[in-house]
This record gives sequence, structure tokens and C-alpha cells, in this order.
Amino acid sequence: MTEFATISPKRMAMRRFLSHKAAVGSCVLLSIMVLAVILAPISARYGVNESVRKPPNTFLPPQKLAWFGTDDIGRDLYSRLIYGIRVSLIIGLFTAVISTVIGCVVGAVAGFRGGRFDDIVMRVTDLFLAFPFLVALLVIRNTLGSIGWLIAIIGDKSSVRFIVFLLSFFGWMGVARIVRGQVLALKEREFIEAARAVGATRRYIVRRHLLPNSIGPIMVALSFAVVGAITAESTLAFFGYGPQAGDGATSLGILVGAAKGAVQTGYWWIAVFPCFALVLISLAINFIGDALRDATDPRLDRGE
Amino acid sequence: MSELVLSIRDLRVTFDTPLGPLEAVRGVDLDVHAGEMMGVVGESGSGKSVTFLAAMGLLPHQAKVSGSVMLNGQEMLGASNKVLRNMRGGLMSMIFQDPLSALNPVHRVGDQIVEMLKAHQQKMSDKDAAKRAVELLDIVGIPQASERAHQYPHEFSGGMRQRVVIAIAIANNPKVLIADEPTTALDVTVQAQILEVIERVQKSFGTAVVLITHDLGVIARVADRVNVMYAGCNVEKGGVESLFDHPSHPYTRGLLASLPHEGVERLTPITGFPPNMLMPPPGCGFAPRCSHVTDACLASLPSLRTFSDLETACIRAEELVVKAGLS
Amino acid sequence: MNQPLLQVENLVKNFELRANSGIRKTKRIVQAVSDVSFSVDKGQTLGIVGESGSGKTTVGRCILQLLDITSGTISFEGKTLGGLSFEEMRQIRRKMQIVFQDPFASLDPKMTVGSSIAEPLVVQGVAGNHEEKVASLLELVGLAADHAKRFPHEFSGGQRQRVGIARALALDPALIVLDEPVSALDVSIQAGVVNLFGDLQKRLGMSYVFIAHDLSVVRHIADRVAVMYLGKIVEIGDKKSIYEHPTHPYTKALLSAVPIPNPTTERSRSRIMLEGDVPSPVNPPSGCRFRTRCWKATELCASSEPQLVVRPTGQLSACHFPE
Repeated sequence: MTEFATISPKRMAMRRFLSHKAAVGSCVLLSIMVLAVILAPISARYGVNESVRKPPNTFLPPQKLAWFGTDDIGRDLYSRLIYGIRVSLIIGLFTAVISTVIGCVVGAVAGFRGGRFDDIVMRVTDLFLAFPFLVALLVIRNTLGSIGWLIAIIGDKSSVRFIVFLLSFFGWMGVARIVRGQVLALKEREFIEAARAVGATRRYIVRRHLLPNSIGPIMVALSFAVVGAITAESTLAFFGYGPQAGDGATSLGILVGAAKGAVQTGYWWIAVFPCFALVLISLAINFIGDALRDATDPRLDRGE
Repeated sequence: MSELVLSIRDLRVTFDTPLGPLEAVRGVDLDVHAGEMMGVVGESGSGKSVTFLAAMGLLPHQAKVSGSVMLNGQEMLGASNKVLRNMRGGLMSMIFQDPLSALNPVHRVGDQIVEMLKAHQQKMSDKDAAKRAVELLDIVGIPQASERAHQYPHEFSGGMRQRVVIAIAIANNPKVLIADEPTTALDVTVQAQILEVIERVQKSFGTAVVLITHDLGVIARVADRVNVMYAGCNVEKGGVESLFDHPSHPYTRGLLASLPHEGVERLTPITGFPPNMLMPPPGCGFAPRCSHVTDACLASLPSLRTFSDLETACIRAEELVVKAGLS
Repeated sequence: MNQPLLQVENLVKNFELRANSGIRKTKRIVQAVSDVSFSVDKGQTLGIVGESGSGKTTVGRCILQLLDITSGTISFEGKTLGGLSFEEMRQIRRKMQIVFQDPFASLDPKMTVGSSIAEPLVVQGVAGNHEEKVASLLELVGLAADHAKRFPHEFSGGQRQRVGIARALALDPALIVLDEPVSALDVSIQAGVVNLFGDLQKRLGMSYVFIAHDLSVVRHIADRVAVMYLGKIVEIGDKKSIYEHPTHPYTKALLSAVPIPNPTTERSRSRIMLEGDVPSPVNPPSGCRFRTRCWKATELCASSEPQLVVRPTGQLSACHFPE
């Protein structure tokens, strides 16, 4: 009989994931970051809008008082970075989850129903993808942001809520394609036909068979969606359209955006620390995404 | 007996897998003589394909190969890349189960034969090579060879594609042609045609053919000598008539008995499962499934020895013949 | 005489090949099954043999309504199966099941074997303790009850196939379509699974439609045999007549092509070699579809399609010049 103990596919995938050292390291790094961000009032040394000391306090280089230096009005960059990363991670996570859910539904339905329906849905997806991202983003932002009744639901155009909505609006297409591709591949597999042969409804098959077997690609898509959202938020902020809650609240994107001024003036810390943080987060999530993809490779489920 | 063209001695192949070392081949000895059709029979885990992939030097780096493979008197294991390249397609060729993946879909069929010709006969002119390619297509039975040489693989049916693959393999008149399950993916009527082509090539060119298959009917049809493999070892060897008439190894006997034949109500399967080569059974590889197993069988891996007109790896071969005679 | 369990009349199934997705589509029609008729009685096994392009697999899928048929009638227990509602069809599905060829692809890799076997019970809303039923099914097919907790990748091909069989038996069907159920298994394992089919049939009395290309296995297990070529049945009758006195040239060629595992017999018998390959089902030959490879073909064969006619030995075959 079998000589191995029962290993569920989940545990096999976990084992494969853990063998990717870069991904494991990234997990550790991100965990530390998330921890620091959650414990913000404790881990940050100053408030987000708090001056380091009485003037002169502007543009101080990194020192004991302010580990990453101070900005144009004397606030500690280190603390602001922590608060900023918090906002960006929230935006990234929520956007990724919402666009993944939308993408899953669209992709699964299109893939499974096929035919004309699939064609129409994919053309709509292509339409969304074809829009020049930034232009569309800004246009939609301004149009939707001025519709009175919408503001009640999705928030004011400078709020985090609005940004999450905006980015989800343009972020689901990639996931939809991936899920659709996976569903198309699975649709013809005999275990799906076996379920049909017993009288299973379409909904049952999607829920019980198609989605669980697509978890791998979905998780990968999710991880890349997070990076995509964070980067998109930074892009928006770079052009001044980031989340401005007014009372000095900041995001990673806003901090990165401030880098453009810093380059000319020689206050290198204004640029280096935020950008470095952004790169680190992106890299970490990318490594995790890659490892997830390898770990959930369906070919390995055959026990070969 | 005619001259020896391929001689394999004590071949061992172990793969390093994430789940531990996998012993695919555990000490195989094999001789192939010029012009003969050698059948190699085995199921999953027998190591039949890996043996010849090792002989061709086609295994990945992670495979640990030891032993000796002498082709035309020259050692192939551990030979330089230059020697191996000269060998493949020159002295020894291999064809596989799926002709579609063996052919390059974006090159014309004739060009693929020319490529093989020029790889080993650099002095051949383009014109001669093209001419020879058409001749080869003709030899393997492709109608309108000169026109079809300009076609792409997808324009051929499965059987025709396999003929093209054979044409490429014999382009340089190799001494040995290894055919790894060449007809398994084909319809049975097409299988008959392909076997006929292989036989024709063997007889007209004097090429030795190693036919690897799990189908005993195919072996019965074309093989001269047979090598039965199980769990990475040879378990029985001999001439085809002798083997089918009085098989000496319980596995061979079991295999023959499990085939459907006339007048039999219930088939006699071989109990148990194919071996897991990550944890090969101690002693004789077939012991877990053998109905005549004794403690001595589990003690050590038995080697081949002569037994009447066959070679067998069963330590109880003599006793079992007597037993069968009595029953 | 009781009515047959399954009656197939003039079954036609065409597939449309969409040449490319986009605005304009060039349609090519694959005539997978063209006017096929047969019946299966209770407790009987009908073997359907053929090579690639014969349409035998499509027939199996059509019987189970896994594909929509183009035209024709399929009746099960007297009831016509076209145009039924999803719910009505679901009731009927309890009584007919299928076992697939590929033991790897026929089980959901993420579900335990026990869940896969219990799935028919779950989908059909069968009340009661499924665990017991699953355990008894596992034992029925020669596996152990505690295998239910394991995943497909922990089993060998032959064992997975047994799991597939257990799943097909879960609802106590009256008819099981076996679609090349042993082709993907090692030879030494095939015998055990073939025996299992025979034992189950003796014990539970269901009918089989056994689709295969391996003629020797079909000979062992079937009562009646239908030989298909390019979407048509060319010969159909009881096993003995077909194997001992084949009347259709294709049947003869097919039997001749299967190598016998006995060197003396195999090398001494005369063989029929067919030329060329199976034509494409997109453009089947006019008249008799087998004529392009038949050594007896004449102009009559090209102009007129032969119908199935009863022969002296009892079977029906469609040929102008039967053997």
C-alpha cells in the first residue's frame, strides 16, 4: 500500500512553499513590518503630525532624534513612514481582496459558461485593460468624485475608501483572466464530468470543484494585486491625488511623492527611505507570490 | 551469434528526488547483437525506459548513473559530449511514444531529416541531403514522398508522423535503433503498419532494434529475443518462443496468465501493486507479489543465471518447474 | 419480452469547430456520431470497439446526456431522455453512471477519496450516514475502509480506478458506461479490475456499456459487441459471431491487427494490412466510410452507403460485399 503518511495537498503545498528561502524571508520581513504598523502608537516614536522639537526642526538629517531625519515641517520621517505604510497596506489589502473577489466571479462565470457569454465578458475585460491607466484613473476620479450621492457610498475623493474603490475598479481584470484560464483548463477534466454525471448543478461544481482547485492561481493573483495596488496608490500620490485626510495623515505613496522635491535639494533621506520601503515591500510580496505559484503547481498534486 | 553492438553491464541509475533517492535501475545486464530485434518488456517502475535513456546519455544531471555501456566497443557512460553527440543519431538512435512532440512543428518534415543527415555527415551537399531525405520518406512508406517532404508535421496523421520520426532516426544508418513504446499511442491498425516498417528497416539495413513495450502481443509478433524487467532489474531473458512456451520467472508467468484468452472465465491477475522505487522491497523485487515467495527470496537481490534455454533471476526456478509438472 | 434498459435510435452528434474566436468564424462540422442505433438489456454487457475517430467515446457521453445530442432518441427504462428538465434528468442520473479512462483526472485531487465516493450521495441528497456506505463501497471494490481519509495522489493507478468504480456504484445504478476503464492501467493490474467488473455484475445485476479499443478485453467481458468506424456502426451482434465469423472487412482487419501473445500462432497467421490512416471525421468519405482503406472497394461503395443487414451468422453488418 502507500508507504507515506497521509499528506493532504495543502500540507504538500506548504512544504514546497517553505523550501523557498527568499519567500520565507519575505514572510518574516513583512510580518515584522505589519507588527510595527499595527502597534503604531507604540512603535512610532512621534505622532504623525508631531514636530520633533521646537524649530529649527526642518530637514534635519538622520540622527538620534529622528532616525530617518525630518521633513519640511519638522516631522519625524520614521514615524510618518510607519503610519504611511499602514495606510498603504490597508489600501493594498482591501483593494486586492475586492478586485480578487470581483475577478474570481467574473472569471469563473465567464470560463464556465463559455460561448457567447464568455466572449462578451472577455471583450469588456479587454476594454478595461485597454484604458490608459493613469488617464482613466484621473478622469474617473474627477467624474465620480463630483457625483453627490456616490460620495456617500464610496467616500470623498481624497479618502482612503475612495481610493480603494477606484483601484478595485481597475484592478480586477488580471485576476479575471487568470481564473478564467484556470476554469477553462479544469472544465474538461473528468472529475468535473463525473460531478455532472451525478446531477450536480453548475453552482455546486464552481463552489466545490473549480474554486478549490484554483486556489493556487488565485492566491498568486492576490499577492500580485496587493503590490499592484500599493504601486498604483504611490503613482496617484506622486501626482498629488493620494489620500489626503487633512490632519497630516500620510501614505507611503505621499511620502514617495515627496521624493521628487528632495532630489534637487539634496535632502536624500526624504527620497531614500520611502522608496526603499516601497521596493522592499514589492520585492517581498513578489517573492511570496512566486513561491505560492510553485507551491500550488497542479502538476505536483498527482504525487509524481 | 552475430557481433555484439550494444553491451550494457551492471547499469545502475538513481534519481535524487525531494522524497529521497529513487533507484530506477538496479544492476541491468543486456546484450544486443547486430541485426536482431530485442524486446524489452516491463510495466511502471520496471526501469525499462530509464535504462536506455541512460545508454543514450539523455538523463538529467541529477541522475546518478554507474556501470558500463559499450556501443561498438566504445564506452558511452562518462564519455565526452563530443562522443555522445556523435553517437546520438549516428551509431544509435532513439524514438519515443509521441511523434507529435518529437517533431518540430515549425520546420518542414524534409528539413528535419536533412538536419539529422548533416549533423553526422557534414560533407554531404544540400542537394544530396534533400534527395536522401525523400528516399528515406519513401523507405518508411510515406506516399508521394517528394511532395510530402515539404509539408509540416501537423499535416500528417499520427501514424505518418511516427514514420517520419523513424525516417529521421535511421537517416544515418545507425547500428542500434531504440524504440520506446513506439506504437502505444497509435490505433491498433496503425500499430500493425508501424511494426511492419520497423521490421522492414531491421531486415534491410541490418539495424539492431530494441523494442521497449508493455504489450506482450507486440513482442510475440516481432521480437527475436526478449528481456523482461521488473523493479529495475532483469528478471528473465531468452528467445521469444522459449519465453512464451516455458517462462521460468513467476512474474513472466503471471503476466502471461493475466492476459485475456479464450475459454477463460476469470482472469488471473498478479496480486499486489507495481513497486514503489523510492522504497524498493528487500531482496527480489517481485517478492511482495509472488505466490511462491520464501525467506531466501527476501534475503538478497537475485542475479540472472542460466536455466535451460533461458536466463532467470528466480532462485526457485527449478523447484517451480517441478511443481508445475506435478500439478 | 421486456423492453431493453437502454435504447439508442438514430443517434447523431455533430460538433462545431470554431476555427478562431473573434468576429468571423468559419464553421467546420465534425460528424462524430452519425446515425447509430443499438439497445442494451438488463444485466447485459454491450462492448463498443473502435479506433480514434470512431465516435465510441462520444456515444458514451451522449448516453449520459453529458453532451447534447444533435438528433435521434435515447430512451432509458422506456423514458425518452431528450428535453427533460434538469430535475427530471437528475432523477434519472441516479440509475446511470460512468467510469472514466484516466484514473488521475477522474478524481478531484483536493478531495479525499471518501468525499469523492460520497459525492453522488451528497449531490442527490441521499439521507443517512454516508460514511458507512462509503466504507462498504470501498470494500466492495477491493480496497480498505480506512482508505476513505486519503487523497488520490497516495494511490496507484489501479487503486484510483477502483475508487472511480466505487463512486459509480454509490447510487446503485442500473447501467454503467465504462469508458476505456482499463486502458491506462498496467497489464498486470488490468486483469484484477476486469474481474471486478464481472464480479460486480454477477452480484448486483447492472448492465454495462463497455467502450474500448482493446479487443481482447472486450471479448472477455462483453455479451454483444458493436464495431464502430468513423461515426457509424459497421457490425453489431453477439460476441461469438463477431469474433469467430466477422462479416465486415473492417472487423476482420481490426481482429487481424491485434497481436496475439503467442509467437508461433502470431507469426504463422495471415494478416490483413490496412493502408493509410483513419480519414478525418470532418470530411468523411461518401458512401461507405470505410471504402478508402478497404481492399474490396468498388464504385458502388462510393456512391451508395451500405445499410446494416442481418447476416447468416446472426449479426448485422453494413457492407456491399460482406465476407
